[in-house]
Amino acid sequence: MNSVLKLLLEGEALDTQQLGKILGLGADAVERELAELRRQGVLLGMRPVLNPSFEAERRVRAVIEIKIRPEGIGGFDGIAERISSFEQVESCYLMSGGYDLLVVVTADNLYKVAGFVHERLARIEGVQGTSTHFFLRAYKKDGFVVTADGVRRDQPSVSP
Amino acid sequence: MDESGRFVARHVASLPKSGIRDFFAIVSKMKDAVSLGIGEPDFVTPFHIREAAMNALEKGRTSYTDNRGTSQLREEISRYVAKNYGPEYNPETEILATIGVSEALDIMLRATLNPGDKVLYHEPCYVSYAPSVTLCHAEAIPVRTTSADQFALDPAALRAAWQPGCKVLVINFPTNPTGGTADRAKLQEIAKFAIEKDLLVASDEIYSELTFEGDHVSIASLPGMRERTVFLHGFSKAFAMTGFRIGYACGPAAVIDGMLKVHQYGIMCASIISQEAAVEALRNGRDSMLHMRDKYRERRDFIVRRFNELGLPCHLPRGAFYAFPQVSVTGLDAMTFAQKLLEQQKVAMVPGTAFGAAGAGFCRASFSTSYERIHEASERIARFLDTIRRG
Repeated sequence: MNSVLKLLLEGEALDTQQLGKILGLGADAVERELAELRRQGVLLGMRPVLNPSFEAERRVRAVIEIKIRPEGIGGFDGIAERISSFEQVESCYLMSGGYDLLVVVTADNLYKVAGFVHERLARIEGVQGTSTHFFLRAYKKDGFVVTADGVRRDQPSVSP
Repeated sequence: MDESGRFVARHVASLPKSGIRDFFAIVSKMKDAVSLGIGEPDFVTPFHIREAAMNALEKGRTSYTDNRGTSQLREEISRYVAKNYGPEYNPETEILATIGVSEALDIMLRATLNPGDKVLYHEPCYVSYAPSVTLCHAEAIPVRTTSADQFALDPAALRAAWQPGCKVLVINFPTNPTGGTADRAKLQEIAKFAIEKDLLVASDEIYSELTFEGDHVSIASLPGMRERTVFLHGFSKAFAMTGFRIGYACGPAAVIDGMLKVHQYGIMCASIISQEAAVEALRNGRDSMLHMRDKYRERRDFIVRRFNELGLPCHLPRGAFYAFPQVSVTGLDAMTFAQKLLEQQKVAMVPGTAFGAAGAGFCRASFSTSYERIHEASERIARFLDTIRRG
C-alpha cells in the first residue's frame, strides 16, 4: 500500500509536513502522493471525525431504509444516484435483505428530515416505501470509542 | 518520613530508589508534557485476548490454579517455546507461570543464591536486576556494554569482570534500555564462558519477539546450555499485556522446583484470568504481535533518523522499543540533559544513568507512542538543542 495512505489510515492527525518528516519525504512529495491518490479515485477526501454529541446539538441524523422498484431508466443505479444527489444525504448504499437502499441523512432538525422524506424521497419515481430511524446516541464512531474517557488513564507517564 | 525507618532492614534501606520514580513525579504533574519515557506498549491488548479474559470471568473461572499455572497454559508455553526458541520443556516439571518476568527473575535469584554469592549482569539494563540481587544478600557485578558494540555484551568484558564466587549470569536481549541484541556467535562465546565457569544463566527474553533485524537466538538453545539456563519470558511486550502481569520461567527441573517453593509460599499462583488470556495470546496472538512489531519498526526508523539529524548520535536498536541517543555531545550529562529538556520543552526522556552507570551520557527514548507525539517531541528537542548551542 502507498506509504502516505497507510499512515493516513492509521488515524493519526498528521499534517502534510509531519507526514513528510516521518516518511523521510519532503512536504512536496507528500502533496504529490495525495494528489495522485485523489486522481486515482482512491482518496475521496479527508474530514475530521467529530464527537457525535457535539454534532447532535446542531444536527439530527437519521438512517432511512428505502424499498425501490428498479424499473424505468437506470434501474437501481439511476434511483440511487438521484437520491445521492441531495445534499442532505451523507451516504447511500445498495443493500441485500429486506430493503434496497440505506441512506444516511443529516438535517438541522427532525422536521427537515421528515420534509425530506415525504416531499423529496417519496416523490421519486420507483420509491415504494421508506422507514426512517433517528440516531439517539453514539457509542463508537469511525473507529473512535465515544463514551470511554480514555482507556489508559492509569498508565504512568514514565515507567521502567 | 517518620521514625518507622528503624524497622527497615539494612539491605533494603541501602537500595537506591529507582531514578525513574523521581522523573515520573515531575512528569505526571505537567499538563502538556510529551513523554518518551513509557516502558510499555502504547497498544491496547488485542481484542481477542481481552475477550478470553472476559470469557474467564463470565464462566466464573475465578479460582486459584495449580501453583505452577494451569496445565493448559504450561502446555501452550511448552509448544510456543519449542517452536520459536528451540528447547523443549516438560510442562509438568520444567515450566512455571509467574507474575511477569519480574517475579520470575526474583524467585529464580532467591531460589539459587546464597548470601555472598555473586551475580554478573550487563549494564545499562532494566532497573530491577541489581536490586533483586541485593535483596538476596548477594552481590551484583555489572559488565559494561558500549555504543561502539551497539550495546551487545562483549564476551571479553564478561571474562574480565568475572571473579571467584560468581554463580549466576543475567542476560537480557534485546535489551531495555539500549535495544542491544546478541547474535549467535556472541552467544556461543558467552555460553562457552558460562560452561567453563559453571554459571547458571538467567535469560530475560521479554523483548525477543520485538527483534527487527536478524533472528532472535536464545542462549537456552545452544549446546550444553539448556541444563544451566532459566529461560524467562512473558506477555507484556509482545502482546501488549503489561497490566495482566503474566510471565513464565522454563528451566531444568531442580531449579524450577526450587523456584516453585518460593513462588508457592510468596505468591500462590498467577491470576487465573491472566492465565486464560495468556493461553489465547499463545494460540492466536501471532498476527496482532506482528502488526505491532511492524509499527514499532517504522517508528524506530523515524525516531533514530531524527536523533541523528538533530546531531544526537543514535545507533539503530535491533530490538525492543527504545532509542538510546548519546546526549553527552551537547556537553551536558544525561541527568542534566533530561531535566533541562523536561523543564524547558516538556519532553520526558529517561536519563541513561537510571539503568546503571554505563548509561552515562545517554538517554532512553521510548518509541512506543504515536507518530504525532514522536514528531512533536523531536521538534521540541530540536528547539532545546538550538538554545543549548546558542547559549
